[in-house]
This record gives sequence, structure tokens and C-alpha cells, in this order.
Amino acid sequence: MRYKGTLGGGGFLKAMLSRFANPARFMRASAAALPWCAGFSAAAIAVGVVLALFVAPADYQQGEAVRIMYVHVPAAWLALSVYLFVAAASAVALVWRHPLAEIAARAAAPIGAAFTFVCLTSGSLWGRPMWGTWWVWDARLTSVLVLFFLYLGYIALVNAFDNPDRGGRAGSVLALVGVVNLPIIKFSVDWWNTLHQPASVLRLGGPTIATSMLVPLLVMAAGFYGLFATLLFLRMRTAVNEKKAMALRLNGAALRPARTSTGGRDTSVPAAGR
Amino acid sequence: MAAFLGLFRRDFGLALRQGGDTGLVLGFFVLVVVLFAFGVGPEAETLRRIGAGIIWVAALLAALLSLDRLFQPDYEDGGLDLMALSGLPLEFGVLAKTAAHWAATGLPLTAISPLLALAVDLDPATLPLLVLGLLIGTPALSLIGSVAAALTLGARRQGVLLSLLVLPLYVPPLIFGAGAVAIGADASTARANLLLLGALTLAALALAPWACAAALRQALE
Repeated sequence: MRYKGTLGGGGFLKAMLSRFANPARFMRASAAALPWCAGFSAAAIAVGVVLALFVAPADYQQGEAVRIMYVHVPAAWLALSVYLFVAAASAVALVWRHPLAEIAARAAAPIGAAFTFVCLTSGSLWGRPMWGTWWVWDARLTSVLVLFFLYLGYIALVNAFDNPDRGGRAGSVLALVGVVNLPIIKFSVDWWNTLHQPASVLRLGGPTIATSMLVPLLVMAAGFYGLFATLLFLRMRTAVNEKKAMALRLNGAALRPARTSTGGRDTSVPAAGR
Repeated sequence: MAAFLGLFRRDFGLALRQGGDTGLVLGFFVLVVVLFAFGVGPEAETLRRIGAGIIWVAALLAALLSLDRLFQPDYEDGGLDLMALSGLPLEFGVLAKTAAHWAATGLPLTAISPLLALAVDLDPATLPLLVLGLLIGTPALSLIGSVAAALTLGARRQGVLLSLLVLPLYVPPLIFGAGAVAIGADASTARANLLLLGALTLAALALAPWACAAALRQALE
């Protein structure tokens, strides 16, 4: 009894975990959720783009170039959040052997890599007019680059085995090892005082960014998170369907009677076995 | 403990005798530094400025080179299965093998690094810092590498995959190790860098055997 009492939130989590361990239930739920996610994401990004390009003021120092922020910062948040998601899903997959957790981790990694790439490129484009250079070996930039390579390593490892289950489990261990990098990225700008500016939204003592800029930024971020959910559901559904198709094909191959072909190869067999 | 020492002695002996793993690694280490000297040019001024960084990068690559031999032979001949079934917890077995890997690669690398430091005309005053840094940092290289080596067991194109996984994780030891001997680093900067390097090694010592053993278990399943 006491065990149950201490678990409070854990009990809910566990219930949700076992509820969606059934792929058929997941397919129904995700089919229902997908249009809502897609609609929300499209609307938020549309509103966010209008706000960012026309409503938000230009910066008194950076001028119009500050508008790159509305892509760069949400992409950076997503790059970190998606990695955290991959790691959490990997932990669930390792601990409970949850069938969908591994699919979720695999499906999320390329999306995260894409967001990291967007973050790096937009940052580079923003750095050129502001810092006068495309790239500096600053702590934040370098650690995000390392994150990008962690994503690539995860994707490569997951696909490197003939047995896909093996790849999934190896990838899960790697994702958990890579989590060490996340706090380094988040706090790199506070620990090493280099070129990249320190955090101005998620910090102790409240954001230092003006409200007129914060609102479009948060709208865009919400749109990006919606986009992630949409893409994740799409990719997970595809992976589940792929698995199903593969199983069906294997079943069909096992049931089909062996065909007697009369190719050149077959005629040579009796001669060789003489 | 006897099993731990026995495993260590076996792996260390194999690395020294069979195929000369240690000799290959040292030769590779020296060659990379020499290649840099050819690529950058013979000006002593330039070489002195980047020398410590070159030695650290060469040490990383040399450590990487020997990683695929850490578990692969035992994985192929079934020795790894015996290790998993023995009374010794797999975490300790991994630790013994990693320690042997370090003794056969990291330690000799550290030992010949003063020679290479002379070759790139490094300031003699920074020499102890370089050697101390390598002594503290190379165990972290072996420990982090052991996880990646276990993860890639039986993968296609294992060698390339191994370097893709390991090199990003080698960035922090490289930053702190090379930072301790960087030009213009005063005593307190060097001290801070070496302390951080030590922290990295201790963290790797505490965490890597678990991750490595988990990776091996799923490889043996």
C-alpha cells in the first residue's frame, strides 16, 4: 500500500505507458491527434511569422537582422528538447522494453538533427552581420555542433545492424550516454564567458527580453513544438506500418509454395551434383 | 579480485605480445605528429604555438585506433560470453579490460610524449603540464572509448561508426587537456583545466563501466 502511495505521479505515468503499449490503440489515438497537431502548428507558425516580420520592433542595435532570432532560438530549444525526448524514450525502451518507445526514439532523432542543423545555419547567417564572422569556436556553438554529431552518430548506429532490434537497443544506450552533453550546452554560455550571449528567456529572475519580442518568440516556439509533434506522429505511424508490412510480407513468403523455375542456374545443379 | 587481476594481466599481455598493438599505436602517434609538422611547415614559432594541441589530437586518434580490438576478438571467439557468465560482475570485467587497454596504449603514449614535445619545440616549462594532463586524461579516453567499442560490436562498417561515436565525446577531454598547456595559460588556468580533466576522468570511471556493460549485455543477447 505504501509503495502505491509514494508513486503518485509515477502511477499515472505507468498507466499511460501500458495504455499505449498497444500499437493498435496508438494508431487510433495518433490518427485522431494528427490533424489537430498539424493545424495548431500551421496556425501558430503563420501567426508567428506575421508577428515576427511585421509586428515585432527592430532591435535598436541589431536592426532588422534581429528577426532571425524568431527562427534561431525556437530551433535551438527544439534541438535540445528533442534530444531529451530521444533519451527519455530510450530509457523507457531499455527499462520496460516498451514497444513504441524505441520507435519513438528512432523517429524523433532525424527531426532533432534537422532542428539542430537549422539552428546552426540560422545562427551562422545571423553571426555574419552581427559578429562579422560565419563561425567562431565559441563554447555554445561548439557544444551544439557536438550535439549535431551525437544525433548523426545515433542515427548511424541505429541503422548499422542487420537485426533492427539490436540497433535500437545499442542506440538507446548511446542516447543515454549523450545526455551528459545537454547541461554542458545549456550552461555553456554562463560557464564560459565567450561570444554567444547568455540566456535571456529561460533564466532565474525572469526574462530580460522585451515583451514585444517575447510574444512572437513564444508563438513561434509553440508552432515549432507542434511541428515536432506532427512530424513525430507521422514518422511513428510510418514505422509501425512498415513493421506491419514487413511482417505480412515475411508471412506471405513463408506460406507461398516454392516456385519451380527453369533458369540457367537451376539446370546446372544436377550436373554439378553428379 | 583475483579474477579482475587475471583478466587485466591477460589483456595486457595480449596487447604487448600479439601483433604488437602497443607498438602500432605508438608508431601511429609519432607519425601523426610528424605529418602535422610537414603540413604546417617547419617554422619553430608556428609549431611551438600549436604543438600541444597537435600532441593531444594525435593521442586521441591513436587511442581511437586501438579501440576496435578491445572487445572484438573476445566477441568472435566467445570469450566475452564466458566473461559474462563468470562470477565477476560484467562491470568489473569491463573495467579490467579498459584498464589493460589504458596500460597498453594511454600509458606508453604519455611516456613518449616528452620526446614529441621536443620535436615540436614546446616550451620546456609546460612539459610537466602536458605529461600530467595526458596521464590524467588518457584513462578518460579509454573509458569513453570502451562504451563506443561495446556499442558497435557486430555493426556494419564498425571502424567508421566507432570514430563517429567516439570523437564528439572526446571533445571535452581535448578542450581541458590542451587548455592546460595553451600559450599564455598562467598557473591558475592550467590548474583549473587539469582539475576539470580529473573530474571528467573520475566521472567516466564511475559511469562508463555501467554503460559499457549494458551495451555488452545487449550485444551478447
